[in-house]
Amino acid sequence: MTAVTLTVNGTERSLDVEPRTLLVHALRDDLGLTGTNVGCDSSSCGACTVLVDGQSAKSCTMFAVQADGADITTIEGVADADGTLHPMQQAFHEHHALQCGYCTPGMVMAAISLVEEYPGLDEGGVRHGLEGNLCRCTGYQNIVDAVLAAAGSGGD
Amino acid sequence: MTITEDAPGHVGSRRLRKEDPALLTGEAKFIDDLALPGAIWVGVVRSSEAHANIVGIDGSAALEIDGVNEVLSGEDLAPLWGEGALPCAWPVTPDMKNPAHLPVARGTAKYVGDAVAVVLADSRYAAADGAAAVVVDYEPLPAVVEIEDAVADGAPLVHADLESNECYTWGLWGDNAPAIEAAFAEAAHVVSERYLQQRLIPAPMEPRGCAAVPSPAGGELTLYSATQIPHILKVMTAVVLGIPENKLRVVAPSVGGGFGCKLNVYAEEILCSALAMQRGAPVRWTEGRAEAAVSTIQGRGQVQHIELAADADGKVTAVRVKLLADMGAYLQLVTPGVPLLGGFLYHGCYDIPNYMFECTSVFTNRTPTDAYRGAGRPEATYAVERAMDSLAVSVGVSPEEIRARNFIGADAFPYESAAGLVFDSGDYQTVLDKAVALADIDGRRAEQAQRRASGSSKRIGVGFSSYVEMCGLAPSRVLASLDYGAGGWEAATVRISPTCKVQVVTGSTPHGQGHETCWSMIVADQLGVDPDDVEVLHSDTAVSPTGLDTYGSRSLAVGGTAVYMATEKVIDKARAIAAHQLEASEDDLEFSGGVFRVRGTPEAEVPLAGIAFAAFTAHDLPDGMEPNLEAHVTYDPPNFTFPNGTHIAVVEVDTDTGDVDLIDYVAVDDCGVQINPLVVEGQVHGGILQGAAQALYEDAVYNSDGQLVSANLGDYLVPSAAEAPRFRLDSHATPSPTNPMGVKGVGEAGTIAAAPAVINAVVDALRDLGVTDVDMPASPQTVWRAIADAQGGAS
Ligand code: FES
Ligand code: FES
Repeated sequence: MTAVTLTVNGTERSLDVEPRTLLVHALRDDLGLTGTNVGCDSSSCGACTVLVDGQSAKSCTMFAVQADGADITTIEGVADADGTLHPMQQAFHEHHALQCGYCTPGMVMAAISLVEEYPGLDEGGVRHGLEGNLCRCTGYQNIVDAVLAAAGSGGD
Repeated sequence: MTITEDAPGHVGSRRLRKEDPALLTGEAKFIDDLALPGAIWVGVVRSSEAHANIVGIDGSAALEIDGVNEVLSGEDLAPLWGEGALPCAWPVTPDMKNPAHLPVARGTAKYVGDAVAVVLADSRYAAADGAAAVVVDYEPLPAVVEIEDAVADGAPLVHADLESNECYTWGLWGDNAPAIEAAFAEAAHVVSERYLQQRLIPAPMEPRGCAAVPSPAGGELTLYSATQIPHILKVMTAVVLGIPENKLRVVAPSVGGGFGCKLNVYAEEILCSALAMQRGAPVRWTEGRAEAAVSTIQGRGQVQHIELAADADGKVTAVRVKLLADMGAYLQLVTPGVPLLGGFLYHGCYDIPNYMFECTSVFTNRTPTDAYRGAGRPEATYAVERAMDSLAVSVGVSPEEIRARNFIGADAFPYESAAGLVFDSGDYQTVLDKAVALADIDGRRAEQAQRRASGSSKRIGVGFSSYVEMCGLAPSRVLASLDYGAGGWEAATVRISPTCKVQVVTGSTPHGQGHETCWSMIVADQLGVDPDDVEVLHSDTAVSPTGLDTYGSRSLAVGGTAVYMATEKVIDKARAIAAHQLEASEDDLEFSGGVFRVRGTPEAEVPLAGIAFAAFTAHDLPDGMEPNLEAHVTYDPPNFTFPNGTHIAVVEVDTDTGDVDLIDYVAVDDCGVQINPLVVEGQVHGGILQGAAQALYEDAVYNSDGQLVSANLGDYLVPSAAEAPRFRLDSHATPSPTNPMGVKGVGEAGTIAAAPAVINAVVDALRDLGVTDVDMPASPQTVWRAIADAQGGAS
């Protein structure tokens, strides 16, 4: 076992993990943050997307030990403490950009990072920017519209 | 009150979903999110061979791994289920072959992915490591991989104790054969086509998973599963394992999509339940993605032969269909019934007097097939819509004209089809006209002609698909006539609490469809309350004990109707109390906006809230009336519903590379009265992309050894936002007379319509190059080859 310290959603957390423990499983199984989902075993689906030091990352593609000392934001950490949704979450709600909701946490995290990194993206840019996040329910149109709306409203 | 006439406003509005906040914040609990301290983790060892005798299972290396506690073979586990096998609920013919399908194989493995042993471990990682470390000694046997190989002379047998690989042959022709022969003999045009429906992997973003949690003292078991069918799963688990139903509870937590593949009773659900009862400890399993590709059912898998006979004007006089359908190695819950669900619809939305359908279903050494979004109806629609385009070419008219000449007329409803169904309502021509206008067909055709004339390598193609489907499964007596092993009703309970909050219990089991929102809107309008004051309970047999769950676009037309009717029943009871309080006759009361009033005496009124409290205190109720406002309804629909529509795809095909770009997609659907257009549009969007994905990207590719070579999401091409087009939608509702709200269903419409629209567009783009057919998926290589073959053939 290896000791790892992560700052997760603003709180410092220390845990002991096997060296091969994936970050996503450390978050889910060790820290109980089950909002981040697992949808594949080939880094293809993006359901596990979180922010690592502000950059979106697929948390199934890195070991928890690689994230030692990092600042992690998961879906549980983006709404305000009083329950007010993050503008990106709110845009997903208003545009019906989720159905079963399984891809949603990863999609929202990827979208937050995309809009922050590339402000002013057009529809094509959003579609290509979200290529690594699969959704089987929505056909993507409402997701794309939600991201464009959130970007337009300055809703990083 | 009817929803269509004097709805005060929620039904028909684009109300945002109440399901969203929990899903958007990560608060929703999916199966793998459940914390079960001390649970035994199951890893399943799956056959690497398509067909092989299991000579030996060596778990010694696995048992050396820290945290791996046991390795159990099919023989070791057999006492857990005795003779019990996984259930197939649809014996479509009396002589259908249904080989015993054990949760873990004994003796012989019949497909890659067949469970041959299990590992019990302390953690998910140890379970996975352990399963990978088990060494299985196989003696390979010859395998049947492709459908047509199963019926070839001298084909190896999938099941050695059967005489052939045929599972059943089912037909629908009655005494019609001479008329059909005559129609073909007299036809001015005959179209005869062979189409392939490749196997598809359903791939909901959440893989399957289950967890069985026993209460040893009382002998109870709770089975949590990522399932669409907790109610059916409960009955089946009880039957297979001999657990008394009163000791069994099944819960579907948040479920991350299903598309039919979670409409089943799976080996792992039976395995975890049996082990949990035996060990007195929670037992859990979570599916991996590559594992899901072989261990969860696949969809489609058919070879279709369709023939149309038509007169000189292109009016179709007969349709004759022969199918060969791939069951896979075993029958799952409704595997054999899937081709039948399409078997009534190979005449599409056309008035065709003579109809013949025959399906032979066969075993292969591949993962079982079963219902996948549309289940039989996408296949039927594909065949007839492709064939209608061939007929249009033969007759020398446009695709829209051949359809117009054959549509069932708007004045023909109720329409009794040659296949024996009674279609409820529709106006197919108006729907098509709307789609044509929206798609700017003239503009597209001008562009197509211009590109052809200029010799451009970027060709434009326009493809039509007009579809009708049968939803609202189903009248129980009709299901009986099809030998289905259950009914088609749905249950609902509506309760009004002392403070006038509403509790709806539904037997439908949502997994993304938005039932909580839509059921709330329906009930809120009926009762004159706020939708936020309505809670909708579902998916747990302890709170919703009666139900038949969600599949086949049945939820609104059957489950939603049950909710509507239960609410009406509650209103009837409330009316009796109101009449008692107001000392008026029930006939003199009107109810709107949540208030009962005596007609003509406006000051004599009582709000529902007052009645709810009076029903609770029961101090002054009419003589003989039971306290509380509550009603239960089990609704068995009198008929199916028949959603329909016309979709138009526009593609750009690069003739140099074979690359197909879906550049426009127009859909006009008639799903009856819409409860929430926002939700309807979402269903249509997702459905279209799934159908278009069959046309362009997705294929469960097996090599000649029976190995699935597209098992993970890198190889199996579920489209991303970058491939998806922008969809442009319109609708044209003809309310269904089958149910009081006039609803039909929309969950599968897009998937049913899209594949033929897209392939018809690809063929249209290339027709001047001599291309008349392109197989699915129309990958760049397939399209390029079709062009090369057509050009080679022409020179
Ligand atoms: S779970 Fe990480 S990309 Fe699929
Ligand atoms: S909402 Fe179901 S996978 Fe995206």
